[in-house]
Amino acid sequence: MTWGETFRTALEAIRSRRMRSSLTMLGILIGIAAVMLTVGLGQGAQAQVRDQINQLGSNLLIVSPGSTTTTSGIRGGRGSASTLTTRDATALASAVVAPDIAKVAPVVTGSQSLTAGTTNWTTNVVGTTPDWLSVRARSLTQGRFFTTAELGDAAAVTVLGSTTATELFGGRDALGQSVSINGTAMTVIGILNTAGSSTTTDEDDQALVPQTTYSSRVAGSGSSTGISTLYIEASSTNALSAAYQEANKALLSTHAKTALTADFTISSQQSLLTTATATDQTLTVLLAGVAAISLLVGGIGVMNIMLVSVTERIREIGLRKALGATPHAVRRQFLVEASALGLCGGLLGIALGLVGAQVLPHFLDQPVTIPPLVGVGALGIALVIGIVAGVYPASRAARLAPIDALRSE
Amino acid sequence: MSTPPAPDEGAAPILRLVDVGKVYATGSVQVEALHGVSMEVARGEYVAIMGPSGSGKSTLMHILGCLDVPTTGSYDLAGEDVSAMSEDALAHVRNRQIGFVFQQFNLLSSLPAWRNVELPLCYSGVGRAERKERALRALEQVGLGDRVDHRPGELSGGQQQRVAVARALVTDPALILADEPTGNLDTHSSADVLQLFAELHDQGRTVVLITHEQDVAASAQRIVRILDGQIESVVPSTRASIR
Repeated sequence: MTWGETFRTALEAIRSRRMRSSLTMLGILIGIAAVMLTVGLGQGAQAQVRDQINQLGSNLLIVSPGSTTTTSGIRGGRGSASTLTTRDATALASAVVAPDIAKVAPVVTGSQSLTAGTTNWTTNVVGTTPDWLSVRARSLTQGRFFTTAELGDAAAVTVLGSTTATELFGGRDALGQSVSINGTAMTVIGILNTAGSSTTTDEDDQALVPQTTYSSRVAGSGSSTGISTLYIEASSTNALSAAYQEANKALLSTHAKTALTADFTISSQQSLLTTATATDQTLTVLLAGVAAISLLVGGIGVMNIMLVSVTERIREIGLRKALGATPHAVRRQFLVEASALGLCGGLLGIALGLVGAQVLPHFLDQPVTIPPLVGVGALGIALVIGIVAGVYPASRAARLAPIDALRSE
Repeated sequence: MSTPPAPDEGAAPILRLVDVGKVYATGSVQVEALHGVSMEVARGEYVAIMGPSGSGKSTLMHILGCLDVPTTGSYDLAGEDVSAMSEDALAHVRNRQIGFVFQQFNLLSSLPAWRNVELPLCYSGVGRAERKERALRALEQVGLGDRVDHRPGELSGGQQQRVAVARALVTDPALILADEPTGNLDTHSSADVLQLFAELHDQGRTVVLITHEQDVAASAQRIVRILDGQIESVVPSTRASIR
């Protein structure tokens, strides 16, 4: 019997037992769809985290104060002590000390109440330098960012996040309006483009002022040079680790510390990304495991049905053997039938998975990204399940003695 | 379908059993179903094998049909010794040399008549177009040229058995082996089917018919009686004497 003939016979056998065949395929279908969707959800979540982190600025290193080690060996947490100053920023910006660092933006922040007319809004006020815009990879929808001259003059100007502007001015044009921050009237010179919210802060709800303005007019007292965070932009993605080394070395030497007593922490987007994706991966593996079990159950279903089919069609097998079917031909017929069940179930499962990938985001608020390779892989798995599930029933059919098979009622 | 050569007294027998024995071992009990059976059937002969149930005629039919192999002795079919062949080789012999007709018809209910008839040709690698052509011709020959697309469920018992005969004919086999072909039919259909075998015999085909009914056996040229696993007698039938 040719392969084409075998396929035709298998499809006819599947078609002639429509109800049973569809129920058998359902097991594979659900398994494949579940695997695809869990992998898709995992990939989608990872892509989302990656996008969010990339939005914060590319080639970015973040230096936080803290991690001071006391004599008793207890390390303080990140940000537990303000040990960074504007001098550190100036030092790192030097091309001699750190050639792989393109730009440095020191940031000092505090929560302040903003007033525009009769409207109040409490938000994060950020004192920084003009390089902040480039370092954080942000842009403006309206107006301009403050200049180095304004930084030198401690000018009373501010750039608002889009949410902040909307909260303070409603639908009205905020540009050129006056906002009072901690009693000081500042002119709104620009509005930031939206960046979405990161896991910790709302990047669209903040007010930026020159760092000098912040220390002299916004922060009531305290050090005029102390800063809360230092953002460093490496000259390229490849230079990120070199920039990390240079920053670490320079800060250790200016602070007169060793690696063990460092009073700052440098973290990169990469480390944030790794942490975030690792969490997602654990979840994905867990869910995919559950989905794989459902696929296994589907495979057992195929084997079960094929065994029933062999018993039920024992006369047909006997007849085919009497008419000249070799054991090999009989085995092939049942194997092809089982694989076809697996393959059809797999195809339908992929279809359901793709539909699910379109529908699910509307209910979960979570993107589902199914890589094409997963579809191909799922089809392969379905086929393999069909074949594996078919091997035992098929060899049972092949081993049947024709007279026993013909004799059975 | 080429017409087989006319019966010839001097021709080598198409089927020769020499001292065939068959022993079934079920657990510790050994049952001797056949003992020292020797017989010959010439090309173009019409032979009935008769015996009551338990006589060993089913076992003999299985061996003649290459569905089983003898424990002792030898069996030549169309010049080939098939008594020691492998399972695959036996499948090929069944496919090419033997056309089966069973008591239960054994048609596949999901397939139309012509697809049932072409089934043996599928296993001998005949192309699709030729298969259909040969199947239709075989159905024409058994008088079912107008029922080729009917499924077995839509045909009467006699018609179903005719489809089965067409299926036995389609490969142009050396031997047509019918096992109680009238066992499931009423008298009218039985006569019909027996008439068909007589026609096939007249066309020069070799037919071996297994039955327990005297009336049915009487349609053959020669009756081989089996009792307790041995050939009891070989007698020419009344039909043969009429000829």
